[in-house]
Amino acid sequence: MDSALIPKGVERCSLKRFLLGQAIVGAVVLWGVYAMILCWMKGLNQTNMNDSFGFALWIWADLAVIAVGGGAFFTGLLRYVIGLKDLKNIINYAVLIGVCCYGSALLILAIDIGQPLRGWFIFWHANVHSMLTEVAFCLSLYMAVLIIEYIPLLLENRQVDKIPFFHNLSHNMHVVMAVFAATGAFLSCFHQGSLGGVSGVLFGRPFAFREGIFIWPWTFFLFTWSAAACGPCFTILVTKITEKITNKKLVKDNVIDLLAKISGWMICSYIIAKTIDTLYWAFVTAPHAGFNVMDFYDDNFWAHGIWILIMEIVICGYIPAIILLREKTRQNQKLLWTAAILATIGICLNRWVLVMQPMSMPVMTFDEWVLYLPSWQEIATTILPIAGGIMVIAFSYRYLPIFPQEQELNPVED
Amino acid sequence: MKKEHDKVNKKYGMVVDLDKCTGCGSCMVACMSENNVPFKEDESNKLDSITWMRVYKVSNKKPYPNNEVFYIPRPCQHCGGQHEGHSPCVSVCPATATDYDYTTGIVSQVYTRCFGCRYCMAACPYHARYFNWWDPVWPDGMEKYLSPNVSPRMRGIVEKCSFCFHRYQVAMEEVYGSDDKEALEEGDYQTACTQACPAGAITFGDLNDETHAVHKLKDDKNAFRLLERLGTNTKIYYISEREWVRRAGDNYNPGEKTGSVKYKTEGH
Repeated sequence: MDSALIPKGVERCSLKRFLLGQAIVGAVVLWGVYAMILCWMKGLNQTNMNDSFGFALWIWADLAVIAVGGGAFFTGLLRYVIGLKDLKNIINYAVLIGVCCYGSALLILAIDIGQPLRGWFIFWHANVHSMLTEVAFCLSLYMAVLIIEYIPLLLENRQVDKIPFFHNLSHNMHVVMAVFAATGAFLSCFHQGSLGGVSGVLFGRPFAFREGIFIWPWTFFLFTWSAAACGPCFTILVTKITEKITNKKLVKDNVIDLLAKISGWMICSYIIAKTIDTLYWAFVTAPHAGFNVMDFYDDNFWAHGIWILIMEIVICGYIPAIILLREKTRQNQKLLWTAAILATIGICLNRWVLVMQPMSMPVMTFDEWVLYLPSWQEIATTILPIAGGIMVIAFSYRYLPIFPQEQELNPVED
Repeated sequence: MKKEHDKVNKKYGMVVDLDKCTGCGSCMVACMSENNVPFKEDESNKLDSITWMRVYKVSNKKPYPNNEVFYIPRPCQHCGGQHEGHSPCVSVCPATATDYDYTTGIVSQVYTRCFGCRYCMAACPYHARYFNWWDPVWPDGMEKYLSPNVSPRMRGIVEKCSFCFHRYQVAMEEVYGSDDKEALEEGDYQTACTQACPAGAITFGDLNDETHAVHKLKDDKNAFRLLERLGTNTKIYYISEREWVRRAGDNYNPGEKTGSVKYKTEGH
C-alpha cells in the first residue's frame, strides 16, 4: 500500500507487520505520555525525587543520551571536516540517532523542570556563569544543526524528491553540509563539555568537584572526549541492532571497522586521561576536602559501592579500548558487539555516577546517605523518548534512503 | 560594578552557641510562621518537607555513660564563596533566580524567576534549599494569619532561608525616613529565629560592624563554620567549648587537628 514511498531497489516488510511493530512501541509511548501529562498537571510530586535528590534519573538520562548521541557530531566531524569519505555510508544513521538522542534530552528536560512554562527564562535571564546556561544555548543550537542535517534526508524520500524544488534544496544542503558539521562539532564540544562542567564546578560536593583550567573543570574536557570516544560505539551498536532486526547487512564491514578503530583510539586515550583524573581526585582533591576516597563509596555496596568505579574504568573502559585497538579482535563480530555494548554502558555509568553519587553521599559529618529509587512516572517518561526514537528510526528506515550501501549489499531480484 | 562590590558593606551573619542550644525547635516554628513556609499533613518524611531552619540532633555515638549529643540549628549558610558572591548556588543558577546581595551579603531567591531546575539544590552541601513539590495548602482560615510581608511560594520552585529579608526591608524603610540613612541599629533588624530562641543561643547582626555582638563572637577561639575547608565561606558561625562538637563541623583526614584546616577566602 505504501510501496510508492519506499526507496527504490530495497525491500521492506509488509505495511501490516510494520504497523503492528509501531503499535507495540506506540503503546509504550502512550504510557510515557500519560506519565508526562501527570508530571505536568500534578507536578514533580509524581516522582521519587526529594530535597536530597534534586537531580536524579532524568538528569542522568539527559546526560546519557547526549553522550551516546555524540556519535553524530564526531562522525560528522570525521566525514565532513577531516574528510574520511568511507563514513558517508554511516553518517546518515549517525545523524538520525543524534536527532533521536537530542530530541529525547530536550523532552526530558521539559518534564524535569518544576515550572515548564518558565523554561525560556534560562535564555531570557541567562546567568553567563552557569554551566547549565551554556548547556541550554549549545544544546538548542546543536539540535537545530541536527535538524538541518536531517532535512536533506527527509527530502530524499522518493515522492518528495520528485518535486524539483526539494530535489535541488536537498542537493544544495548536501553541498554546504561541511559548514553545518563543523558548526555542530564546535557546539557539541561546548555543550558536552559544559554538561561535564555541571557536576565538576560543584565545589560544595566533593564527589563531583574537579580542579581544571580557568573556569573549566577537568570533567568539562573528559565529557567531550568520552562522548566523541563512545558515541561512535553507540552508533555501531544501533547499526548492528538494526541489521539484526531487519535481517540485512546495511553497512559494509570496512566502514564499521574504520569507525570502530577511531573509537578504539579515542576510548584508549580517554580512559588513560580518566584514570589520571581519578587518581588525582582520589589522592589530592578528596583529601583536600577532608575525605578519604573510600568515604565516597562506603555505604550500601550495590547502590554506591566501589564496584561502580572498577566497572566504569576497567571493564567498560580498558576492555573495549583493547578490543577495538587490535584489528583481529575488532573484526571479530562477537568481540565488536561486546566492545560496543561495554563502551555504551561505560559512558552511561560515568554519567550515572556523576549525577547520583554526589546526591547520595553526605557532606556534612552528621548527614546520612540517601537512597533513591525512581517512581514509575520517572521510568515511563525516561522510556518515552527511547520508544519515540525507535518509532522515528523505524519510519526513517522504511521511507528514507538512510543506508547508501543497502541496495548494493542486498540486491533485489525483480 | 567592581567598585560597588569592593565597598565595605554590611555582612549579615549569625553566631549560634551550640552549648546553649537545647534543640527545642522554637527557631524552626518561628521561621515557618514568619516566612509562610508551607507544610503537609504528614511531615514525617524530612526529605520532602520544607524547613528553612532545621535543627539536627548529633550524637558522639559513644555508649552510655559517655554518650553526648548536641543540637545544631542549620539555616541557609549564606555562603560568600572563595571570592565574595561566588556562592555554590548563586554561581550555578542558570536563570539568575538566586542572587547574592553585595550590600548585605544575603543570598536571596527570586521566586518569580526560578523555573525549578534544582541545580542550586545539587550545589548546596548543607541541604538548605527546598523544592516545592506541592502547592501550599493552608488549613481553613489560616491564610488570614499569613505574614503579609512574605509572598507564599508556588509549586515547582526552590525556596530557602532569606535571613528574614523582609524585616531588613522594613527596617531600612524606617531608616530612610531619618536623617542618618546608614544608621541601622543592631536591634532594628533581627531574624525571627534569633528572637524566638528561649536560650539566647542565636545572635544575629552585621559581622562587619564592630558595635554588633556577632562581630566579636565570630572571633571566639571556639568558633567554627560548617564545611569551612570546602571554601563556601559561610556567614553562620557556631561556638562550642567541646572539641568533638567543633570537629563535627568539618571533615578531617586522620592526624589533622580540629580547626587546623581553613580554606583561604575573602572572609569577613
